[in-house]
Amino acid sequence: MKIIILGAGQVGASVAESLVSEANDITVVDTDAMRLALLQDRLDLRTVAGNASSPSVLRQAGAEDADMLIAVTQSDQTNLCACKTAHALFNLPTRIARVRSLDFADHAELFEPENFAVDFSICPEQIVTDYIVKLIEFPEALQVLEFADGQVSLVAVRAFEGGPLVGHPLKDMRRHLPQIDARIAAIFRRDTPIIPEGDTVIEVGDEVFCLAATKNIRKVMRELRRMDKPVKRVMIAGGGNIGHRVVRALERDYQVKVIDRNKRHAEWLAENVRHALVLQGDATDEKLLGDENVDQMDLFLALTNDDENNIMAALLAKRMGARRVAALINRRAYAELLQGSQIDIAISPAQTSIGTLLAHVRRGDVAAVHSLRRGAAEALELVVHGDAQSSQVIGRRIEELPVIKGATIGAIVRALPPKEKPVFTEDLAEERQCKVIMAHHDTVIQAEDHVIVFVVSKSLVPKVEKLFQVGFAFL
Amino acid sequence: MSNPLAVIRVFALVLLVFALTMLVPMIVAWAGRDAAVTAFQSGFVATFLSAALLWLLTRRHVDELRVRDGYLLVSLVWVGMPAFATIPLMLYLPQMSFTDAYFETVSGLTTTGATVIEGLDTLPFSINLWRTGLVFLGGMGLIVLVVAILPLLGVGGRQLFSAESPGPLKDTKLTPRMAQTAKGLWLVYLALAVLCTLGYVWAGMGWGDAVMHMFSTLGLGGFSSHDASYAHFNSPAVEAVAIVFMTLAGMNFATHYMAIRRRDLAFYWIDPEIRWYVGVLYASVLGIAAYLWWTGTYPDFATALRFAAFNTVSIATTTGFANTDYAQWPFLAPMWMLFLCSFVTCAGSTGGGIKMMRAIIVFRQVMREVVRIVHPSAVRTVKLAEAPLPNKIVFAVLAFSFAYMAIIVSLTLLMVFSGLDVVTGFSAVVASFNNTGPGLGEVGPSTTFKSLSDFQTWVCTAAMLLGRLEIFTLLVVLSPAFWRK
Repeated sequence: MKIIILGAGQVGASVAESLVSEANDITVVDTDAMRLALLQDRLDLRTVAGNASSPSVLRQAGAEDADMLIAVTQSDQTNLCACKTAHALFNLPTRIARVRSLDFADHAELFEPENFAVDFSICPEQIVTDYIVKLIEFPEALQVLEFADGQVSLVAVRAFEGGPLVGHPLKDMRRHLPQIDARIAAIFRRDTPIIPEGDTVIEVGDEVFCLAATKNIRKVMRELRRMDKPVKRVMIAGGGNIGHRVVRALERDYQVKVIDRNKRHAEWLAENVRHALVLQGDATDEKLLGDENVDQMDLFLALTNDDENNIMAALLAKRMGARRVAALINRRAYAELLQGSQIDIAISPAQTSIGTLLAHVRRGDVAAVHSLRRGAAEALELVVHGDAQSSQVIGRRIEELPVIKGATIGAIVRALPPKEKPVFTEDLAEERQCKVIMAHHDTVIQAEDHVIVFVVSKSLVPKVEKLFQVGFAFL
Repeated sequence: MSNPLAVIRVFALVLLVFALTMLVPMIVAWAGRDAAVTAFQSGFVATFLSAALLWLLTRRHVDELRVRDGYLLVSLVWVGMPAFATIPLMLYLPQMSFTDAYFETVSGLTTTGATVIEGLDTLPFSINLWRTGLVFLGGMGLIVLVVAILPLLGVGGRQLFSAESPGPLKDTKLTPRMAQTAKGLWLVYLALAVLCTLGYVWAGMGWGDAVMHMFSTLGLGGFSSHDASYAHFNSPAVEAVAIVFMTLAGMNFATHYMAIRRRDLAFYWIDPEIRWYVGVLYASVLGIAAYLWWTGTYPDFATALRFAAFNTVSIATTTGFANTDYAQWPFLAPMWMLFLCSFVTCAGSTGGGIKMMRAIIVFRQVMREVVRIVHPSAVRTVKLAEAPLPNKIVFAVLAFSFAYMAIIVSLTLLMVFSGLDVVTGFSAVVASFNNTGPGLGEVGPSTTFKSLSDFQTWVCTAAMLLGRLEIFTLLVVLSPAFWRK
């Protein structure tokens, strides 16, 4: 696929990196030639320096025969304008724009073809915020991901001493939880993937990926570790784009303190939050943390845009007694370095938000993509189309499908209403009728099923996609 | 310093409009053939001629008014106009001294409602109409009226407006043009006036009484045409109508305007000031009713509620009607009512006191200091309806509150020094300064301010003017910095 990416910032660069490795032709446009040069040194792609919304720059970037435009510059206006230009002048088929401002995002009619012509709008900050809020809802989880409009959740949990299932083979789970159908999709032991079988024994320290209907998730997690007290007090370092959104999302239900170093920004923040306490100071200042009772915090989130500060603040908070600490870490090297250290959760904004973008790039009808373990593994939600003739999967039992080693079908969601039609209240009853089926060897896949597939290595993704694609006969 | 003669020219125009308002009681007196016809005729002629003369002398000075001139003009109007308003009173009641007459008209225009006249029931209808009419004019502000109907004030409109209308946030413009805003506010005021009159008539008042008491109710003044005030009617229906319209007049008229304009009652809910106003007011009503019932002042709760509701709403909204001598109640109740009148009404209403808006801001600032002591690095802003208030406004409100308290204390000391007891002195100052009307002790609801000496009357007059113009307008004009070239 020929893809133009506008903006070589954090989001643009990680999107580029992720897409290059999937054999796409990437062109990156940015005003900063230095940044482009760095990117070109590292990755196999083309770069164009210039104003991303100007027609001549877009033509130079190959907009005339590109398949997709991903506008992820810092400025909403540039992104919107670029989408319109690409649509009007080059008739570029798919246009994705990053839109941060809720003012724009709240008016969906602005994105229609006759207006800004944006096919999909994404807001990475909001995705990261949702992700963090989920972590607070499930304080024991390392990662919580939703599929099929929230019907199915995938949680990553570290197995702890004392969990009833820890030290036992997986097949015992059925005995422990007779009412609940859940599936262990994968286990990572000391960073090596293990394909779970009935006899696999869960060890202390394993990272277990577990798939279940969203309403059952808590019970399943209880099997793997004792439950923590619910989170009440949260301290956040950094009130920037992500920090501010997280504060707004949490301040009603939790006691939130937010620390920002910049005086003027702290004042702005104080004007734009309702209940949270805004503190001005350095999040790595142990006196400030001590004065503000960091030892009483259930969760400490380091969300500044500086990796080193986040790491130091989180380590310090942990040392001073915060129950759990999480840090936003952009650089992959750091994130890997800190896995399993004092920092309980390392959040990678790029990997968290990239899934939404990847879903649009993939072949076949992919409803959701979630990167796991910093992009090494992936969980996909694929929608099955066609009929028994045109599709390789419809009407077959799972055990009849060709085996792809490292890929497991976790669950199937049947009769989910299509996303394009907004669900109104009277349709809710209908929506509830959709069925979550945990995959067993004899489950038969039907047309329009949403199939959730867990892939331990990203290199297997094309094979999975090919399997689920509609054959040429159908086209 | 710009040309003071230009200010006098505008003053002459305002006075001209004021003279025309005297025609109303004059015509009423003439139609009713009462004894005050000549008094109003002379009053009208004297005021009209003075205004015309002033205008002729200064008509060439058509300079644009500056911010400072606004303060000078407003002070001039509010000090000068009551003096002209005394003419009919003094002509009709020759035994009345200028001190008393001036007190009476200032009390009317500032919507205070304290009176020095005994035997109101024997006065001709036109005189009582004039007294209550002053309350109605002063309630929304004569200058606001002039801005609304005389576009020739033009550019200076906004300064005048902000110097006259009460409240800390004066830059809120409802419409792009000031004249339009002024017109809108007066229209709301007149609409409420019509409804209130009909309400009183429905509740059983005669048309004359209904109009006069409507004037007094909407201006939150408190003048009545009866010595016994509302006890004269002794009708729960009349009291209920009064309570409804006093409550409405105590709200910000800008909110009324928006709610009517957009036909959306949500504006009342969004306005945090109104939420607090209604909440504090009616919580106090219930509290005082329960207290009166509990102390055995009234035998049953319903009666206690009736008297508590009317008198508490009346005093707290700085109106000053009474339907019983509440000074006889256990001391806590009238003290609490007097306390309420110093802050309950909303900014932009016709009431007095420091206004609920300022009380909220001061309260939030206190909470901010508390948080700052517990969390030394905390950053907090004072917010109103989700919108942050600049520190400039918070400081202005704090300074205002300080000046307010300092003035009450020093004027009370002055009253005590001149020979009054503390309760009378303090309550007279509070009641005048908040434009409420009746105080306690010798100036309680069942008596008048007549017993005060001339000196004490002047102190109260000054307090009323200071209170109506919210201290700073007068202070600015009295400060040496204002007059320095």
